Amino acid sequence: MLQKQVKQLTVDVLVLGGGPAGAWAAWRAASQGASVVLADKGYLGTSGATSPGGTTLLVIPPIAELREQAVQARLKAGGYLSENAWIHRVLDQVEKNLELVEQWGYPFPKDEEGQSLRTHLHGPEYMKLMRNVVRKAGVKIMDQSPALELLHDEHGVGGARGINRMTGETWEVKANAVVMATGGCAFLSKGLGCNVLTGEGLLMSAELGADLSGMEFSRQYAPSFAEGTVTRGRMLFWSTLYGEDGEPLVKGDRTNRSIPELLMKGPVYAAMDLADTEEKREFLRRAHPIFFMPLERSGIDPFKERFPLTLRYEGTMRGTGGLRLTGNDCATTIAGLYAAGDAASREKVTGAISGGGAYNASWAICSGHWAGEGAAHYAMSQPRRADNRQLVAAGHYGMAAGVDSSTKLEVQPLIKAIQDLILPLKINYFRSEPGISAALKELDTLVPHLKDQAPATVQGIVKSREAAAMLTVGRWMYTAALARTESRGLQKMAEYPELDPSQTHRLILSGIDDISISTESVPHAHELNALKEGHTV
Amino acid sequence: MIELISSDRCINCNLCVKVCPTNVFDMEEDHPVIARKEDCQTCFMCEAYCPVDAMYVAPQADRTVEVNEEELISSGLLGSWRQEIGWGQGSGASMAERDTTPFFEVFTEQYRGN
Repeated sequence: MLQKQVKQLTVDVLVLGGGPAGAWAAWRAASQGASVVLADKGYLGTSGATSPGGTTLLVIPPIAELREQAVQARLKAGGYLSENAWIHRVLDQVEKNLELVEQWGYPFPKDEEGQSLRTHLHGPEYMKLMRNVVRKAGVKIMDQSPALELLHDEHGVGGARGINRMTGETWEVKANAVVMATGGCAFLSKGLGCNVLTGEGLLMSAELGADLSGMEFSRQYAPSFAEGTVTRGRMLFWSTLYGEDGEPLVKGDRTNRSIPELLMKGPVYAAMDLADTEEKREFLRRAHPIFFMPLERSGIDPFKERFPLTLRYEGTMRGTGGLRLTGNDCATTIAGLYAAGDAASREKVTGAISGGGAYNASWAICSGHWAGEGAAHYAMSQPRRADNRQLVAAGHYGMAAGVDSSTKLEVQPLIKAIQDLILPLKINYFRSEPGISAALKELDTLVPHLKDQAPATVQGIVKSREAAAMLTVGRWMYTAALARTESRGLQKMAEYPELDPSQTHRLILSGIDDISISTESVPHAHELNALKEGHTV
Repeated sequence: MIELISSDRCINCNLCVKVCPTNVFDMEEDHPVIARKEDCQTCFMCEAYCPVDAMYVAPQADRTVEVNEEELISSGLLGSWRQEIGWGQGSGASMAERDTTPFFEVFTEQYRGN
């Protein structure tokens, strides 16, 4: 470790992560009277998957029939792993919070009757606004300050330690409650805004013994302009896809799901030629400017010209797995540790499918709100401040484990080796037992590197932990994928193309070196089991 | 990836160093430099936050492209993303204010036809 001065603070609640979930958690905890620090690896306002682009929200008018329809549709699509009560909670809560967003100054458009249409948020404005709200609530924001490890004692979590990437100064924040809002893990695949999301929050939590859930639901890729980063699959609903020789392949609604198979055969191009009037083109251009800007900068008119596509892996960010939640307040299995946003498993609201394209954004707002409130109440009810506890740091893999090692940890080659086993469609999208087993074995052979000596530079320290987290998340994903011997939602296995009603449960993972698996029952399983056996969802 | 910090325009305010979510920039003496270009995730946020439109992020995420500052200025690209978000000087309505038709799926269903 660098021997630079340590900045020390004690507060009630420490929030790790500065995307929407972290911002909402920090605001809510502070609103409850808690003293709060928010530490982000990057900058609250630019960090994470939401800020560079934007996000579509799940909002359904408070009409019982409409809401029940949406909940039932999701239950079925998500393989009966979601929970109706949780979706209703999200719908109720997000409406209130979006009203606040509007009061705080976000310019939602209005319909002809003057009703606000709160269905979409543009990332840069939304997150700039949230930064101001969080700051005004009295939260101390620590930017460029990745957390590296959690503090704990026999009573549970007690804060975290990290490093400031601009100054090299280490920091330690003691807090009786911690909200983990560090996002999912997207394995540095350069989807828009996603390279911040490398899974350290999941690793840190697991080092304390927290459980993971739903890690098999991670077979999620998003189409992007091949040279660029912007992943907005919905824009392809207005496209025709073309092959190398310019022959049209598919169009409209079928584009997105066809891309993996088509890309295995050769290059795929898209043109948004279904937008055949200026009015339609103008609508699309205004709805998602971030999609068009990189193409236009490359000299391509996407409405008229074909542009090459690639798929960028979205891991557990647009996949569904994460820290297992144990209560309505987004508590985890560790006392004092709460999880929000993509760091938490979203199975309660999305089931086995992706929460992308609406659910995740509303989930981030609501889970942040609940986790912040839960953390504040827990922290303020503790008999003593965290600086009176005998806390120890729990970080091991890619850091303390290698302190006495004579072998240097080579971070870049390790990251490359992990990516080679996680990113390829051939392995991770077209999942098969032999393919996933072989990749998991390879990942396992990389684990000893996490006990090599990490480089003693700021970048080296941070990246060693990122590599350790990505390797661990990858092993969880493939372990869970092998354990779910069926196809359901995002999980598909070549050998098991059908849904198996007897596996209508969640897969819970624990441990890092040795990963153990158990199951958790879900409240609506009987509704599926009541259907005819062999019925595919 | 980030391809340009215009030394003519840069006012050494340090903001790009602070806001970059993947820590690409360092202050070297009194001015920002692209210290770790390989870590750039092509998210355009530095460009959006730069108060003097001194930065240009090329859309190519995996390879370096040559850029010419004068051409970027004459084509209007330098600062264009900040302008589009509505944070530039005299930008007028912001991106969110201009987006008046938010029901994407409904719009698609009604108007696409195919």
